[in-house]
Amino acid sequence: MSDASPVKAYALHLGVIALLFVLSFLLPEYYHGLLSRIMVLAVFAIGYNILFGYVGLLSLGHAMFFGAGLYGAGLAVIQLGWGVPLAFVSGIACGAVLALVIGLLALRTTGVAFMIVTMMFAQVFSLLILYFASWTGGDQGMVVPQPARVLTFGATSLDLTNPTVRYMSALALFSVVLLITLAIVRSRYGRVLIAIRENEERTKMLGYDTFSNKLIAVVVSGTICAASGAAYALLFGYVGSSFASVQYSILPLLWVLLGGAATTLGPLIGTVFMYYVIDITSGYTSAYLLIVGIALILLVLFFPKGVLGTIRQRWLGWLP
Amino acid sequence: MMPLLTTKGLSRSFGGLRAVDNVDFTLMPGEIRAVIGPNGAGKTTFVSMVSGRIQPSSGAIVFDGADITGLPAYIRVRQGIAYTFQITSVFANLSAYDNVALPVQRTLSDGRSKGAVRAGVMLALERTGLADRAHMPAGQLSYGHQRLLEVAMGLALKPRLLILDEPTQGLADSEIDNFIVLVREIATDATVLLIEHNMPVVMQLADRITVFNAGKILAEGTPEAIRENASVQEAYLGTAP
Repeated sequence: MSDASPVKAYALHLGVIALLFVLSFLLPEYYHGLLSRIMVLAVFAIGYNILFGYVGLLSLGHAMFFGAGLYGAGLAVIQLGWGVPLAFVSGIACGAVLALVIGLLALRTTGVAFMIVTMMFAQVFSLLILYFASWTGGDQGMVVPQPARVLTFGATSLDLTNPTVRYMSALALFSVVLLITLAIVRSRYGRVLIAIRENEERTKMLGYDTFSNKLIAVVVSGTICAASGAAYALLFGYVGSSFASVQYSILPLLWVLLGGAATTLGPLIGTVFMYYVIDITSGYTSAYLLIVGIALILLVLFFPKGVLGTIRQRWLGWLP
Repeated sequence: MMPLLTTKGLSRSFGGLRAVDNVDFTLMPGEIRAVIGPNGAGKTTFVSMVSGRIQPSSGAIVFDGADITGLPAYIRVRQGIAYTFQITSVFANLSAYDNVALPVQRTLSDGRSKGAVRAGVMLALERTGLADRAHMPAGQLSYGHQRLLEVAMGLALKPRLLILDEPTQGLADSEIDNFIVLVREIATDATVLLIEHNMPVVMQLADRITVFNAGKILAEGTPEAIRENASVQEAYLGTAP
């Protein structure tokens, strides 16, 4: 993985980004909007994948990091009247701080206990949102007003509610996060993370402080998920408590498993796949979840490592 | 000369069993020391306490003049105590190269240059004869080569004390000969603590031998002295005639 074909890997990732850019001009309006949303949620999946795929830590509470970004940005605009850039930073900072605190506590456990602890913290987070309904809007959520979703640089201003601006903003975030992730997993730090996943005891006996390395991974993962949440609030204008519910802790796990855990592009593929299968099947039948379920079962049977994980295993060993 | 490693009254109980019982042990720098003894004598428990994988119930461990009894394993590794596992535990899904790169990249002081990692990895792989298999997944190496990869990982840590726990277990005779040459070479710049069942290997390599029995040190001395020692013969062969 490490020394093999860096050029090929970067070329592939830049190619994917270029393809998404071109698609912006080709897709019909409906799919254009859908893909903007998918790219933002794929960032959520990428963040999840860092911890789950590369470090092997299965969290069932990542909705709280997405929620921290969502509310951190949304509340900053709605309650404090901050501008878009500052609100975005606020969302990311909320996620980073939350991830640091949760990491310090939850990493004292491993395995099933880690799943339960992260899930419980996410429940607390979700209930706090409902409890402080006078600020957060409770289960109604909040709408970020359109006039506030404008990015101003001196004389020029970008209206984030404009579909093309929204698409390009989502693509920009996705591209930055994708390339950062690629750099991380190809770095020495990425090698240590994988070693921890494969055999934590052995990694300790090579002189690594595995707790600190895992803590950094939780913070990186939580921060990326918060960036996704903050972008969601600012681009789509809705800040709702359902995004902090347990469903949104499970979804990134599903997206990553589908696309391929511990692959850089897997989260995007998984997210696209889920959205399109739901979208296409729900056009034919109201029992579309049945078809989604069957598709998932078939995938697990024939692609146990996810789409990209299986491709890497069988054909393209160099995929990062 | 100051000893590299000393233990004082080192003990470890598992439930009612005293696996290691009040062991006072001294190891001088540059030595090749073999630890032998019947199964269950406490050898692996003893070196596990030295490397920090197991906490002692009581007693103290001093390494290079400093008490390390309470230090976590990863700090001991950084201070120069490397442990190669009795049960092969290389990272099976990573390439041999990546297995060795993990210890190399951590020990590098400049830490940045890619070339330095590559040079360090290839040096350790060449010393163990694995250079041409660098890009094979470790899990696909033969058992003997996996044992050698363990040693390469230990070497890459640039240890002052290298603990080898039954390194020749499962090796073919020809591989054992190469292994003896390798350990001699390692011992030119590191102290070696070797747990070994294969007596010809012990007799060829060890400067001194420590014999464990039932959690205690039964005897200690040169290979010749140990070979002649009546109580050692008793522990291994039953009551002397």
